[in-house]
Amino acid sequence: MRPVLMKGHERPLTFLKYNRDGDLLFSCAKDHTPTVWYASNGDRLGTYRGHNGALWSCDVSCHSTRLITGSADQTAKLWDVQTGRELFTFRFVAPARSVDFAIGDHLAVITTDSFMGKTPTAQVKRIAEDLQDQTEESALVISGITGRINRAVWGPGNRTIITAGEDATIRIWDSETGKLLKESDKEAGHQKAISSLSKSLDWSHFLTGSLDKSAKLWDARTLTLIKTYVTELPVNAVDMSPTLDNVVIGGGQDAMNVTMTDRRAGKFEAKFFHKILQEEIGGVKGHFGPINALAFNPDGKRFSSGGEDGYVRLHHFDPEYFNIKMLQLR
Amino acid sequence: SDDEDLLQNEDIPELEMGFANIIVVDNLPVVPPEKYEKLENVLRKIYGQLGVIREGGLWMPTDPETKKTQGYCFIEFNTPQEAEFAMEKTRGYKLDKSHIFAVNMFDDFEKYMKVPDEWAPAEIKPYTPGENLLKWLTDDKARDQFVIRAGTFTEVYWNDARRAMPELVYQKQYWTDSYIQWSPLGTHLATVHRQGAQVWGGDDKFVRLMRFLHPQLKLIDFSPGEKYLITYSSHEPSNPIDTHRVVLNIFDVRTGKVMREFKGSADDFTTGGNMGVSGVSWPIFRWGGGRDDKYFARLGKNVISVYDTETFALIDKKSLKVENVVDFSWSPTDPIISLFVPELGGGNQPARMSLVQIPGKEEIRQKNLFSVSDCKMYWQNNGEYLAVQVDRYTKTKKSIYTGFELFRIKERDIPIEVFELDNKNDKIIAFAWEPKGHRFAVIHGDGPKPDISFYTMKAVNNNVSRVSKLTTLKGKQANALFWSPAGRFIVLAGMRGFNGQLEFFNVDELETMATGEHFMATDIMWDPTGRYLATAVTSVHEMENGFQIWSFNGKQIYKVLKDQFYQFQWRPRPPSLLTPEKEEDISKNLKRYSKKYEQEDQDVHHLLDEEERKRRTRLQEVWEAWVAKWKQLHEDEGAFRMQLRGGEDSDKEEEAEYKEIEAEELVDVTEETVAFDLDQE
Repeated sequence: MRPVLMKGHERPLTFLKYNRDGDLLFSCAKDHTPTVWYASNGDRLGTYRGHNGALWSCDVSCHSTRLITGSADQTAKLWDVQTGRELFTFRFVAPARSVDFAIGDHLAVITTDSFMGKTPTAQVKRIAEDLQDQTEESALVISGITGRINRAVWGPGNRTIITAGEDATIRIWDSETGKLLKESDKEAGHQKAISSLSKSLDWSHFLTGSLDKSAKLWDARTLTLIKTYVTELPVNAVDMSPTLDNVVIGGGQDAMNVTMTDRRAGKFEAKFFHKILQEEIGGVKGHFGPINALAFNPDGKRFSSGGEDGYVRLHHFDPEYFNIKMLQLR
Repeated sequence: SDDEDLLQNEDIPELEMGFANIIVVDNLPVVPPEKYEKLENVLRKIYGQLGVIREGGLWMPTDPETKKTQGYCFIEFNTPQEAEFAMEKTRGYKLDKSHIFAVNMFDDFEKYMKVPDEWAPAEIKPYTPGENLLKWLTDDKARDQFVIRAGTFTEVYWNDARRAMPELVYQKQYWTDSYIQWSPLGTHLATVHRQGAQVWGGDDKFVRLMRFLHPQLKLIDFSPGEKYLITYSSHEPSNPIDTHRVVLNIFDVRTGKVMREFKGSADDFTTGGNMGVSGVSWPIFRWGGGRDDKYFARLGKNVISVYDTETFALIDKKSLKVENVVDFSWSPTDPIISLFVPELGGGNQPARMSLVQIPGKEEIRQKNLFSVSDCKMYWQNNGEYLAVQVDRYTKTKKSIYTGFELFRIKERDIPIEVFELDNKNDKIIAFAWEPKGHRFAVIHGDGPKPDISFYTMKAVNNNVSRVSKLTTLKGKQANALFWSPAGRFIVLAGMRGFNGQLEFFNVDELETMATGEHFMATDIMWDPTGRYLATAVTSVHEMENGFQIWSFNGKQIYKVLKDQFYQFQWRPRPPSLLTPEKEEDISKNLKRYSKKYEQEDQDVHHLLDEEERKRRTRLQEVWEAWVAKWKQLHEDEGAFRMQLRGGEDSDKEEEAEYKEIEAEELVDVTEETVAFDLDQE
């Protein structure tokens, strides 16, 4: 694989998102500017200026017209993807963290952290077609979770909202009423904070990554634990291949938390696992710090990774990758 | 863990409900009331020095009629340890010619009173067959075992290299309070607890074979032939100014009987300036004479005390006097001690290396050494050679250079050969003899990449064996040497700062077989046969705890991650029962033997494949069931989704078409007036 190195961010990366067509890659980092790149060659298209705090996540509408971003400056903003113009600001009383468009892009769920006595919430906002009609009003506010909510996404058919966060529990809420429908099993589930979550294309299952050094695959409707993938380092980012039965897991310990620095320069790797057999099939090294964000291109032929070192790396898979036949032996 | 140990020790409440801290002193003079106080003061003076007598703890009963003392008294201390100590120290104390103290523990009286007057013959218990302690050696796949400690579990596994995985034999939670250790021939597994030690063995179930009572046990050591177990504990003195008290017991492993006990203050057992928390370097007693377990010895001040296991007393009832001895070491196979006396009197008396034969205590070889700053002794494991590394000051005393004295023990008159490295100023980082062989390896040099040199003792020159260099590997990232226990192969390891670099080197061919890495490895151990190498990362590091198994030629076989990993220990094997001739025969006919095993290997592989294939197909089928279910649900919801998207059926993916469109963007329009010179020609 010949990776393309994209250095555009001055601070660690926090999130990566491809648009539905797979030609654009959006990156969020702790420097205050989300950036959009051409997914084919890594050329930078532009930046979205307006935030005053670290960016935690973003999502793009299915026609690649609107971008929504969540930031530590206590706002979530709507942008015009093509021109970079800031369209609307949702203000909160605490840093905004996770953002996700619903199917149809008329709703978005945004989470806020706990801050100055305020508990974390997940809020649903209506996204109007016409900007004139856009309001800051929340259609639904889900509260009552004690740990920070790191990711909140829409479930199949927009009927549910799935949250995962610091208390290591995954919860499914009814998106109309806000009622708690299901909670993940404490014994079988993660034992430490869940850092990342990635949905399958058909919203039927999703993958969570946790600081307990494992990633787990769940059914999105019944919250049954299906698979577990074990690694050696705390997991910060996960993603599932849209075309093959692979998942990618990346992580590493935050520089602040390490008592001994890892002297393996360039050796933080993104690990690939066989989705069904739960076995490691390979890894891609190259980052100089822990990996914080991973995303497969929707065409399944490329993936990108973002690290603590501020680099985004774009990788094209070698032909051998597509021929990994785990079920055939000698 | 150590923390748990400490907590548990603090938990022991010092409730002196019993009479264990009271002694009875008999044979005291019978005195009238006038002399009562004087006698009491004498007693207080004697016993007050040995321990703290409790308030009102000295009681001398008097005869109510004569008002004289009865000739004995009770003394109560704060702790049983003080009482025992006082008893030992004053038993037989001569107050005067006719009054010699007879001192006993109060509790002992009750014990002796209970002895029945009639002797009843002991019951003979019916014979119960014991466990087959050697069962593990009969594994038909010829695998080796190892034990690991991780978290609160202790687990024993087979190293199944064919299947590239460990197979669990037995596991138990809280099996030990601190650490575990195999006996030197692998027969027993010993565990360490607050109340003492236990040994376990047998076939797959590891039953408890024997208990050894030793309160607050800290360390254990087996004799090389597994006959005896030495246990050690160190106790805090009641008076903080005093040094710690040390208790050592030597148990017979099979019967559990205490053969000998040693008690004293930590000062008695510290040697040559090794002052740790408990002040001793373990093992205190070193076993000698090979696997017969005949002798054990310890270093004392100006003496080496050698005991034999027939009597458990000093040989000839006295220690070997050696002025200023600082270190000694047994030959691994013969009853010979090598010892070192440093330089004295500012160079007036040279340093000395000496070989002493036991039990006769004759000096069979000695050599004076000059300008010595330090000395280290290395025995080859068959007792054939002894290498003494001598660090010397240069004449200016500014730098140190190193030389070696090589003793050929098995040759007549034990010839000594003096040998220096090519660059004698090189610092010696590591030295190791080849087990069962005639070669040794040295890591030497300053700087981040030292050199490694190999030498053989068997280079013949004019009918005389001389040491000769085989090769020097330059600039290696290694600081530790691990020979295979069968010799011939060695692992050159870079630990600590080098982060677990491994080089597998063939010393016969003098070439590298493979290199590998186990990042941050803290322990490297060969299995007892020399076929496999284990490298481990213990809980010294926070992350990536676990172990890896490699083949002798550097192929990584499998890896196991285990958090909170504390210990890994291969199970040792007893020496082979084959005669040297039979071993030669097998070596010569290896091809014939290996054909048979190769076939076996093939069969196992095929079996593995089948099993693996089945497992994978099963997983695949389960997965496909999920996918089918999801597909169904997805389709059912298709209509709903279309509605959400405002009638768009965007489920159908279309290949994106890339068109290059030239877009013109008007950047700026400016008007500029330019002056024309119409007369320009």
